[in-house]
Amino acid sequence: MFYLKNIEVNPILHIENLTFEKQKITSIIGKSGSGKSTLLKLLNQLNNYDSGIIEYEGKDISTINPIQLRREVVMLSQTPSIYEGSVKENLLIGLKFSEKNTESINDQKLLALLELFDLHKNLEENAEELSGGEKQRLAFARIILMDPPVYLLDEPTSALDDETTDEVMGQFFQFVKRNQKTVIMVTHSIKVAEKYSDQIIDITKLNEKEMSVTHG
Amino acid sequence: MDSIQDITLVQLFTSYIFILLLIAIVKWLGIRREKEILIASIRMSIQLALVGYLLTYVFENPNPFITVLIILFMQSFAVYNVYKRVKTTIAADLKKIIAFSLFIGTTFSMIYFDFIVIQFTPWYDPRYFIPIAGMIIGNSMTGITLGISTLMDGMHSRRPFIESSLMLGATPKEASRSIVRQSFDAAILPTVNSMVGMGIVFLPGMMTGVILSGADPLIAIKYQIVILLGITASVSLSILLLLQLGYKTFFNKKAQLKRTS
Repeated sequence: MFYLKNIEVNPILHIENLTFEKQKITSIIGKSGSGKSTLLKLLNQLNNYDSGIIEYEGKDISTINPIQLRREVVMLSQTPSIYEGSVKENLLIGLKFSEKNTESINDQKLLALLELFDLHKNLEENAEELSGGEKQRLAFARIILMDPPVYLLDEPTSALDDETTDEVMGQFFQFVKRNQKTVIMVTHSIKVAEKYSDQIIDITKLNEKEMSVTHG
Repeated sequence: MDSIQDITLVQLFTSYIFILLLIAIVKWLGIRREKEILIASIRMSIQLALVGYLLTYVFENPNPFITVLIILFMQSFAVYNVYKRVKTTIAADLKKIIAFSLFIGTTFSMIYFDFIVIQFTPWYDPRYFIPIAGMIIGNSMTGITLGISTLMDGMHSRRPFIESSLMLGATPKEASRSIVRQSFDAAILPTVNSMVGMGIVFLPGMMTGVILSGADPLIAIKYQIVILLGITASVSLSILLLLQLGYKTFFNKKAQLKRTS
């Protein structure tokens, strides 16, 4: 899905060779400040690199329109972004941003999606009044609704407690497997990485010399 | 015009006595603002005295070039004032947009309200053109200062929020929509509020002037209505231009939020 060669982001990242496979779940681990999020944001063109090449589906990423790319490679931010308005508006905003049709989506579908993430909320409720964990679950429901081929997750569990982490991640990765999505996830939790990933990349080691890939 | 009562120099100086008294009280209370009040009063007096002589000359010798030159000077001074009043450093491309928006917004409003609505003759009559321009440019300057401050502040403090929207495939326009809306509100609210309180809470300066000069209050009010609508139009137009062009300067060609220093 993604192939990185001789990537330099001074002074944070030096990657000789790295492949993220299609329809696989890859976790990126490493010390804080080691460039995990920087690497993730290279894949949706939110960050630039100084030299090297990144390919997405065999195409040089720098030739792809960044906005179109981000509609295919959807990223979940570390702190959930909640927009002024109702739970419903917040669920649909991803589709609105990517200029997709929302007419076919009825309230029942939205409620089922909330249920999936154990959010027993009214669709008209003010989303800004949700708790931190609830906001993150709403953000997960939002990106599932967008249904893109690739997901980038930046510390997706930082706003969740241990119990909800299992529940939310379990539901999300069930959806991912069933629909053959590609996921690249940055996490500080080795436990989460080991539990859900097909592949774990330690960015600290990667930066030191060549790739260090463990297949799980 | 002849009905207006002149103020003699002695009377004028009497008004300073009140201020000096006030300064003494401020000093006695230890508020430490006596210097500021004194300097501001002197500065205002000198500035207005000079403008008084200048306007006397300009009114007695109406000339289209001088009128236009004065308007251009006022606009340039307003742009300079915006740069000075915004606390943080403004990027060069944003500075250009501020100047452009203020010039175009105020010029269009002046052309419409002077030549299509009021239609004074000759078209360059400084007695009408200059005071109307002063009110339109001054209010637009305040609006732009408030709007640009809110925009810059929002783009900086809400960076993670904007990036989150970009991550979901939003265009820069969509991602900055809420900040642009807030900036418009911040810029236009003082104008809207002053319209709401108009005539009940206070009589605006222009109307006071016209009434003092002996004109019929009804004529004064008609002028005031036109001026207030002109101000609202000019502030709105300047701000819309500023925000629609301005938000783009915070993004690069790759639809990334630029790094701020």
